[in-house]
Amino acid sequence: MDTSVNAPILTRRGFLIAAAGTGVAFSFLTACTTETASTAPPFEPTQWFAIDNNGIVTVNVIRAEMGQHVGTSLARILADELEAPWENVRIAHVDSDPKWGLMVTGGSWSVWQTYPLYSQAGAAGRIALIEAGAAALGVDPASCTAANGEVISGDKKISYKDIIRKGGLTKTYTPDDLAKITFKPAADRKLIGKPVTSLDIVEKTTGAAIYGIDAKVEGMVYGCPILPPTRNGSQVTYIMDAPAKEIKGYIQTIALKDPSNTVPGWAMVIADSWHAAKKAAAAVTIEYSPGPTTNVSEKDLQDHAAKLILDASKGSVLATGATDTAPAFKAAKSTIEATYTTATALHFQMEPLNALALQKDGKWEIHTGNQWQSLVLPWLAKALEVPETNVVMKTYRLGGGFGRRLNGDYAVGAALAAKAIGKPVKMVMTREDDVKFDSVRSPSVQKLKMAFDKDGAVTGMEQHVACGWPTEVMAPFFMPKGEKDVPFDPFAISGANHWYAVGAHKVRAISNDLANETFRPGWLRSVGPGFTNWALESFMDEAAHKLKLDPVAFRLKLLTAEGANAGSAPNSVGGAKRQANVVQLAAQKAGWGAPLPEGTGLGLATSFGQERDMPTWVACVARVNVNKGTGAVKVEKLTLVADAGTIVDPDGARAQMEGASLWGLSLALHEGTEFENGNVKARNLGAYTPLRLADVPELDISFVESTEAPVGLGEPATTIVGPAIGNAIYNAVGARLRHIPITSAAVKAALA
Amino acid sequence: MTSFKLNGKSMTVEADADTPLLWVIRDDAGLTGTKFGCGIGMCGACIVHIAGKATRSCVTPLSAVEGAEIVTIEGLDPKGQHPVQKAWQDLQVPQCGYCQSGQIMQAAAVLKDNPNISDADIDAQMNGNLCRCMTYTRIRAAVRQAANAMKGA
Repeated sequence: MDTSVNAPILTRRGFLIAAAGTGVAFSFLTACTTETASTAPPFEPTQWFAIDNNGIVTVNVIRAEMGQHVGTSLARILADELEAPWENVRIAHVDSDPKWGLMVTGGSWSVWQTYPLYSQAGAAGRIALIEAGAAALGVDPASCTAANGEVISGDKKISYKDIIRKGGLTKTYTPDDLAKITFKPAADRKLIGKPVTSLDIVEKTTGAAIYGIDAKVEGMVYGCPILPPTRNGSQVTYIMDAPAKEIKGYIQTIALKDPSNTVPGWAMVIADSWHAAKKAAAAVTIEYSPGPTTNVSEKDLQDHAAKLILDASKGSVLATGATDTAPAFKAAKSTIEATYTTATALHFQMEPLNALALQKDGKWEIHTGNQWQSLVLPWLAKALEVPETNVVMKTYRLGGGFGRRLNGDYAVGAALAAKAIGKPVKMVMTREDDVKFDSVRSPSVQKLKMAFDKDGAVTGMEQHVACGWPTEVMAPFFMPKGEKDVPFDPFAISGANHWYAVGAHKVRAISNDLANETFRPGWLRSVGPGFTNWALESFMDEAAHKLKLDPVAFRLKLLTAEGANAGSAPNSVGGAKRQANVVQLAAQKAGWGAPLPEGTGLGLATSFGQERDMPTWVACVARVNVNKGTGAVKVEKLTLVADAGTIVDPDGARAQMEGASLWGLSLALHEGTEFENGNVKARNLGAYTPLRLADVPELDISFVESTEAPVGLGEPATTIVGPAIGNAIYNAVGARLRHIPITSAAVKAALA
Repeated sequence: MTSFKLNGKSMTVEADADTPLLWVIRDDAGLTGTKFGCGIGMCGACIVHIAGKATRSCVTPLSAVEGAEIVTIEGLDPKGQHPVQKAWQDLQVPQCGYCQSGQIMQAAAVLKDNPNISDADIDAQMNGNLCRCMTYTRIRAAVRQAANAMKGA
């Protein structure tokens, strides 16, 4: 996707450095104070970090901690260039403030976007400390090096702590100065790529970690919302709460008035405990004038998507180069066409949606876990009818994000309730309401076509993708434009703009307006490629089999790394060659081509991850066993290979690959629900059945060693496991599945 | 009024008898390490020990714990160094961490009863605890590591 998205954070943050602090709180530092006290102020050469007079480095992290140990990954980038010892590094997850620029945690962007920024910040700090240290030692700065929190010249040295205690460190840098800073060679790295302990692990094993749901303030009351019959367009017409008044602790029920139209039709039940609020919510009767989507079903949504695909005037064609495929299909010796679908999928993050809202000193504070503060702040400001500068998002750990908390709609309900009653309100949603209010992954319909010439060479390809568009609904300013200036949702199509050489290539993204109206489509871990790559990689296998070619050989033939697929510096050096490499490695490691028992098969799928501008090259081979009698699929092993450039945090990278690949498995075989009467049918566990431990296969995960730019790892593996399983099922028993989730019944039907 | 022992301390609460123990622990006792996940006893995030047995506190009414000995994640070990916690730290199991109190409490109760646990039993005994980050392969390995440590103890 698009530099337009990424540019702000990389460029807006000029290093207009002033010696004066920027007001960041260092609350935990008191605990670190040691032997002699000093009053020297911290050295804060950029807003991204400070070193105090005990040599403690505090790295300011704007990304949400939701399980990726993001602070640990990012802080070590800075600390490495700063030459600071890891045991002196602390992480501050900061509250929202305009000075941080775009605050978003998603897209597997964090390491990729932060790497140049923090490398510069750390290097700038090191240079300033070397200069100050050289002056203190009375030596030429050129004779000095920095290591382990000390400036060293021959047999003389001084610690960062002592430099700062001397005071007067006011070095500033212009952006031009910073651009000239060269980073140290990869061979000299001390933290990047080396194992270090993540700083958030211990507190997550003792119950000490504080999440949004744990937030509390004096005098708060509890809120449990009652949701309307449709996500959009419903209005409360009548509230009767007489029975609720019998419940101990019940206070009142309010129909929320929402100028931002974020939570239309919500009522909030207020009580002095959450249990009482929940109990009272069940006792309150509300009547509505419902929105227009009360009868919408999954089939309605998918039928509408299929109809939109048939209308060539709909959607946006991505500028992928030669997009006129008509001549290729006209001249084709043969063609192949197939339609793939995916069902509605839930986030089902473990921590149900919640927020605590209060007014303090004329400002609104929203205490909650959130992935995209910059998106929800304007909604909150509009809802509360105050300027954006009067709303602060306080930062908490997330009990799972997976994209659900990119959309901060839930916080608006808490804020409106707090405003209405003039007290801090802590809203917690029941699991059932969390799910009903989920910003689900839209169901999708995709049609793919490929043209071949007389020699079986691929001469043209099309992929048409219709689904709800989260970015159109929530962040239209984030939408790039395709051909003829028609905007498209990158997070609903990325993945289809692949690196295979297929001749003319048309990629068309179509917004399902019925989906957008019925629910608020969400960004779900791996976004577009989570379903576009399901279709693409299943289809590549179908094409290979049609040509009677080995699916691995067929892919390698198309990963030529020529022209637009050659790649470019700094992010995609090597281009499709690197994708071919991971395909070969995964096939080799998994024993591709070796004989297998009856009913067992291997299937391969590959991807460039989330975006062409930030490719993470990944491949997966799934080994499955299919019971022909029942259609049951057992995944025995997943072999995954990733080339993500420089690996900053080896254990964290592996953890992300583990989680992301099992997400892919879970979505492919265990999840999925459907819309019924305008809402999702499954509302809790039992009906919704994510992967559990007993069904977890053996994982064989490896990384390609590389010093190229580091890219994202939170999502790419999710995109390849589903199609690898589908392709393995075909290779095992000859059943081709074109819908996820794959059920035993569907396998059995495909066998018949 | 209901009285019980929480992490070794006597406690009396006035909440209604039908209040789930989970909310009493979190909001009355102020111990937030025990988590609310599904509210129907199917995810395991709210597991505590009652008389040494892993119990889902979101579906345990206050009326059922009169006189009981309850232990939460905060009370599992005074220094957070129970063999299960140590294994979890050593293998860096947690990602978001939200389910891990429940995972650890489940594993600690299971291993106390049976440190000679088989791999198949680990799968069976931990299958009721959902981890949405899908840290399952590490959970498996950490239970094994903790079992080995507890056998040696």
